[in-house]
Amino acid sequence: MSKPIVTYDEVTKSFGDVEVLKGINLDIMPSEKVAVIGPSGSGKTTLIRMLMTLEQPTDGAIIVDGENLWQMEEKGRLVDADEKHLSKVRGDIGMVFQHFNLFPHMTILENCMMAPVQVQKEDKKSARKRSIEMLEKVGLGDKLDNFPNQLSGGQKQRVAMARALVMRPKIMLFDEVTSALDPELVEEVLEVIRDIALEGEMAMVLVTHEMEFALDIADRVLFLDDGVIAESGTPSEVIEHSQNERLQSFLRRFRS
Amino acid sequence: MGNMILLSGFMDKVREYIPLNWKWDLFWDSFPFVAKGLYITFGLTIACYVFALLFGFVWTFLRRIPNRPIAWIVTWTMEFIRSTPPLVQLYFLFYSLPLIPYIGISLSPFACAVLALGVHFSTYIGEVYRSGIESVDAGQWEASQALNLSTFQKWTKVILPQALPPTIPMLGNYLIIMFKEIPLASTIGVMGILHLANDYGAIHYRFLEPITVVALLFLALSYPSAILVRKLEEKMNRRYGEENLYLDNNE
Repeated sequence: MSKPIVTYDEVTKSFGDVEVLKGINLDIMPSEKVAVIGPSGSGKTTLIRMLMTLEQPTDGAIIVDGENLWQMEEKGRLVDADEKHLSKVRGDIGMVFQHFNLFPHMTILENCMMAPVQVQKEDKKSARKRSIEMLEKVGLGDKLDNFPNQLSGGQKQRVAMARALVMRPKIMLFDEVTSALDPELVEEVLEVIRDIALEGEMAMVLVTHEMEFALDIADRVLFLDDGVIAESGTPSEVIEHSQNERLQSFLRRFRS
Repeated sequence: MGNMILLSGFMDKVREYIPLNWKWDLFWDSFPFVAKGLYITFGLTIACYVFALLFGFVWTFLRRIPNRPIAWIVTWTMEFIRSTPPLVQLYFLFYSLPLIPYIGISLSPFACAVLALGVHFSTYIGEVYRSGIESVDAGQWEASQALNLSTFQKWTKVILPQALPPTIPMLGNYLIIMFKEIPLASTIGVMGILHLANDYGAIHYRFLEPITVVALLFLALSYPSAILVRKLEEKMNRRYGEENLYLDNNE
């Protein structure tokens, strides 16, 4: 049994008086594909935003590849991590957002090349080559010099994935990546995610409303409800055979 | 010929009722004398503007310090500078600052003007920057963080390149507004066009013509600039308007 690449240890998160997550314990294995489902407001997005260091947990620890993400040791005591520590640990994590968040003032190619060149100090030539390969892989090899506002939503989201993948993350996070898309554009994005998943090297965490898709590619499905992991297991255990009342009523809304 | 006689007769009538004491020869004589000051007026405008553009960033970033007392002090300092007249600030720097013990220094009139007007307008320009920065979508910060950019890279590669271009028309407006405040510097002896017009008037006991020259020079420079800024504004609106339209259609 290999070591988990991500561990949540009793992680809680409150916004003001509202406790969004109430003690999350979770291990994610390298190359494991985890789908997170649940009603809105159940804390799914917060769960992965904390891993991307976009939200700080109120309590508990998140361990990434053996390193405590939000805390570091200083003179024998645990203190809040500084920017340097955060940036070191999150280097292994990539994220794709619901609203793409492409950089509108750069071309598609520049969007992809920027981080490898600026952050990983890769030389421009090889960053360019890898970015072009990655964009070809997501089917946008003919749009390299276009700006984001010239693309459809589905194309934008594929660029966003290429931009994250070109950093070679060990963990990829997908935050409801198809919910801002027109229905006819969803499939092209799911297709790309399926391809990435089949390559199998990365751990993936997908917050999603696409139940069939989750069933198809996930190794494990988590049902988040009211700030806790209410159900966890293989897709067929959770989606098809669970006895959990809340999960049943949640799923019924998708079947009708 | 008949027309000429008619016209001069008309002018005589006008002079009868309005004692218009306009002398063209003085106007042409004063023009080159006053126009010599354009170098100084221009130089001061550019120096003040560059100072204000740079110092505006200082305000913008000081206000972003996540510390309540500091933010409070900065906000009220800006408010204080904006609510006091630039002329008073100019006088203070020129006449009062040298008298303060220990820190008092006396500056040249030009340096005083750059400092006073530059700081005064930097508080407005700082606000322009702030509105530009706030108009950048929060998702841009998040994406930069997810790509692990450093704080400096976030600002220089992602945020400012998006925040600043839409503010260019507003910055242009402030350039014109500031240009028109530059004659204030003549009160402390900066030899700009207004100061020279005053000198000319004092020598010839005639102020109407030289001051008219000053007015005409300002008009000749401000008006085309105003048109240029308006054009720029339309161009920017079209560019950024289109983008928003596209987003609305798509999402």
